[in-house]
Amino acid sequence: MLIRLFWHLALLLGLSPLLLGVIAKTKAGFAGRKGPPLLQPYYDLARLFRKDMVISRTTTWLFRAGPVVGITAPLVACLFVPFGAIGAPLGFDGDLIFVIYLLGLSRFCTAVAALDTGSAFEGMGAAREVTFACLVEPTVFFVLIVLVRLTGSFSLGGLFGPALATGWHTAAPSLMLAIFCMLVVTLVENCRIPFDDPTTHLELTMIHEVMVLDHSGPDFGMILYGAAMKLLLLGAMTVGLALPVSLGSAPLDAAVFALAMLILAVLIGVVESVIARLPLLKVPQLLIGTSLLSFFALILLLR
Amino acid sequence: MGNLANLLLLLVILLNFFILGSSRLGACIQTAALQGALLACVPLLMNPISGHTLFLAGSALALKGVVMPWLLFRAIRQVRIRREIDPMIGYVPTLILGTVATAGAFIFSDHLPLVAAHRGSLVIPCGLATLGAGFLMMITRRKALTQALGYLIFENGIFIFGLLLTEAMPLMVEAGVLLDLLVAVFVMGIVVNQINREFSSLNVENLSLLRE
Amino acid sequence: MKTLLVLVPAAFALTAYLLPSDRLRAWLLPVGGVAHLLLALAAVIAPEPLPVGAWLGLDPLGRLVLLLVSLLFACCSVYGLGYLRFRQQWGTRAFVSCLFLFLSAMSLSVMARHLGILWVAVEATTLASAPLIYFNRNRLSIEATWKYLLLCSVGIALAMLGILFVAYSVLPAPHISLQLDALLAGAGHLSRPWLRAGFVFLLVGFGTKAGFAPLHTWKPDAYGEAPGMVGALLAGGLTSIAFLALLRTMQIMIAAGEAEVAHQALVVMGVLSLFFAAVFVIKQPDFKRLLAYSSVEHMGILAIGFGVGGLAVFGALLHMINNALVKGVLFLTAGNIHRRFDSKRREEVAGAIAVLPVSASLFVAGFLAVTGSPPFGLFVSELTILQGVFSAGRFPLGGYMLLMLAVIFIGMGSTVLAVTLGQPSPRANQVNWNENFLTLAPPAVLLLLVLILGLYLPEPVRAMIKAAAGTLEAGQ
Repeated sequence: MLIRLFWHLALLLGLSPLLLGVIAKTKAGFAGRKGPPLLQPYYDLARLFRKDMVISRTTTWLFRAGPVVGITAPLVACLFVPFGAIGAPLGFDGDLIFVIYLLGLSRFCTAVAALDTGSAFEGMGAAREVTFACLVEPTVFFVLIVLVRLTGSFSLGGLFGPALATGWHTAAPSLMLAIFCMLVVTLVENCRIPFDDPTTHLELTMIHEVMVLDHSGPDFGMILYGAAMKLLLLGAMTVGLALPVSLGSAPLDAAVFALAMLILAVLIGVVESVIARLPLLKVPQLLIGTSLLSFFALILLLR
Repeated sequence: MGNLANLLLLLVILLNFFILGSSRLGACIQTAALQGALLACVPLLMNPISGHTLFLAGSALALKGVVMPWLLFRAIRQVRIRREIDPMIGYVPTLILGTVATAGAFIFSDHLPLVAAHRGSLVIPCGLATLGAGFLMMITRRKALTQALGYLIFENGIFIFGLLLTEAMPLMVEAGVLLDLLVAVFVMGIVVNQINREFSSLNVENLSLLRE
Repeated sequence: MKTLLVLVPAAFALTAYLLPSDRLRAWLLPVGGVAHLLLALAAVIAPEPLPVGAWLGLDPLGRLVLLLVSLLFACCSVYGLGYLRFRQQWGTRAFVSCLFLFLSAMSLSVMARHLGILWVAVEATTLASAPLIYFNRNRLSIEATWKYLLLCSVGIALAMLGILFVAYSVLPAPHISLQLDALLAGAGHLSRPWLRAGFVFLLVGFGTKAGFAPLHTWKPDAYGEAPGMVGALLAGGLTSIAFLALLRTMQIMIAAGEAEVAHQALVVMGVLSLFFAAVFVIKQPDFKRLLAYSSVEHMGILAIGFGVGGLAVFGALLHMINNALVKGVLFLTAGNIHRRFDSKRREEVAGAIAVLPVSASLFVAGFLAVTGSPPFGLFVSELTILQGVFSAGRFPLGGYMLLMLAVIFIGMGSTVLAVTLGQPSPRANQVNWNENFLTLAPPAVLLLLVLILGLYLPEPVRAMIKAAAGTLEAGQ
């Protein structure tokens, strides 16, 4: 039990910054540049954790709590999410809602920390982030309902388990739509293009980045690390949807999972390179469209 | 075979959503063309290959996939419009209505007294959903051209329904139906052009001089 | 022989399209119209046997409608010669060609014995007549054309859905045929829910074409903006065709033992149409739109007649003939008045009888005829329908009809009399045009026919109507 817990955390902590590196590398490749080394995110994190912090005098403890929750929530949530064929170490009936709300909690705390600074920019970013999160939530739940309906399980471990593999034979169209929706969710939740640009330099167009402008040093490192873990977490769900097969041996499964995650990261890189960022006003339209699509996946399953 | 047909029909429904949610006319027409082309393949998958199905597929591909979209494209080139600026009802509400209609189509078709062979097939819900999408398009858009496009999608819905009954429509009648449709789109294209010439705009709210 | 009825007008359309001279083209109209009338008369007087299972053919019902359409077209084509002389500015190529195509499509729909062909032909009538409405090439007529095209196309598309539903109702059977005889023969085994759903769609689809309220919204615009002779053909010919298509579906419903549902639905449509017509006729300032609402009214009367059944069916068939003929009188003369005054608004047109004595007199006579005053044919046919309604014991319905007819009489009368009588308005000499033989003789002939039908019903006509009513009631 403890060993599984350890492996799970090790995979999460070890793999997640690499995904950011792969995405950056892919984008650089598309732009014809060499790009930063694959391990750059690890160096960045190490550098940030060594630095001192500057904390504004107007802030309260909320400002400090944001990053802490931002890193612990994904850490806890990951214990309930199976990584490919590697089962989740923990689980209970209804843990899917628990996990979604853990992610919600981390977003809430980041947003509150942003509001705590009293900066107009950060407040604007928080408002946008929360708006988009609201719009994406129905999609997540419809996808989960599809899975619950298909597998009959209320725990994430069961949802992505072997029951899903049989589900692919009976409800392939629904599941394909669900995968598409989950991809969109992954992109939105992690503030990727076409919904948000993580590398933008103009505060007015930022969404997520503008919320964390005032964080520095280890606090900022925690936020970055938390975001990377969130990417891995949602990516794991997407991969779990697409590849519900087990090869039998744990190291092999881990390798397959890691490979699938890297492919997903490349895919995200490709998407970011070929699609332009959407105008801010178009984003809600697209997100509602995605919700409707996931709803349609549910209808297809129910008939 | 049946599975592939169902997959195509599913794509047709997704294209409905795209058309309902998109404001670029060019993209809408292309999507409608793609929809027509997909539909043209379905009879080949659902029925044994015969002269009749080959004719149906070929002519549907030529007319719905190529000629009619080309006529509409010509119309938008002549009148130089790119976008449907402000529909009567916004895109998001239209999309939501479209989804509701689709859900309704699925639920409704479960309760229809279908022949055993057609139970579980996507044809009827897909046909009803496409009818609904076309109808929505006709009533929510202001441009005469998008209304014509809506009519085309509406006709696609009827075509889908007709797939179950290819035998009922002899070859000659089928040809007549497609010819009528072609002429309808042709005449609509001309009228669209004339509307633009008279009003320097394609908005049908200009067409409100005649009232009680 | 019967294919000639379709092919001859089509050939005339082609000739008209290829002919370079506008003057000669106008002459094609009466030639083609009379040729078609002769063919139609031949087909009616010496009926060919109708083989069971044929796709094209004339049954008694078809013969009746064919005759009235052909007659109306012949009169309009003579009128058209006079009309096109005055209207040269846009050329007549599209107009004349489309008129002939329209006639060809109407003949085809009369003869269709296969629901698919019927659909193709009825849709073809829409497409051929849309350019006719746009003849005047202005903003108003383009609006009317677009509304007509879109509403009727959608309506007809719904009818197609209805036909598919009817086909589906056959389904457990190994072979589906939409041929009318086959459908009638196997009507007992049709699946009821699908048949009923199909009937509803067909009623809505062809009902849009016929112009039942509340599906009539294209009608005032199209009739108001189209040239008078096109209005006559739409109001007299096209509506009869649409009604014929409806009667075909009625035949199937009756044979399937679903007469009750079909009759009820028709009566509801009829009651609604009478109501809408009465509401919009009052204070209608535009005398051509007035005629459109009168057309809605008569569609309502027909629907009630066919919906009540029994004796009323005979009355309704007679009424269909009368309605078509009198619509010809009204639209052609209204066209004359419109042309002289260059307006069709009540405020601007007055005293037409002083400047256009014959047209205006014919218009007033037509008004009296259309509202069912004796001694015209419509009085007889409406009386027969009412007799049928009362003898079926449906007193509230009969009372309602009488009330609505009275309201419409008063409503129409106020506008028609204001337009025709009194001092000529200042616009009386707006356009330098005067009525002449070509634009007066056709409406006069049509009015004479209506008068004859009112005074005395010739035995051949009576026999034809009896036979047509017989086909309709055969399944019962």
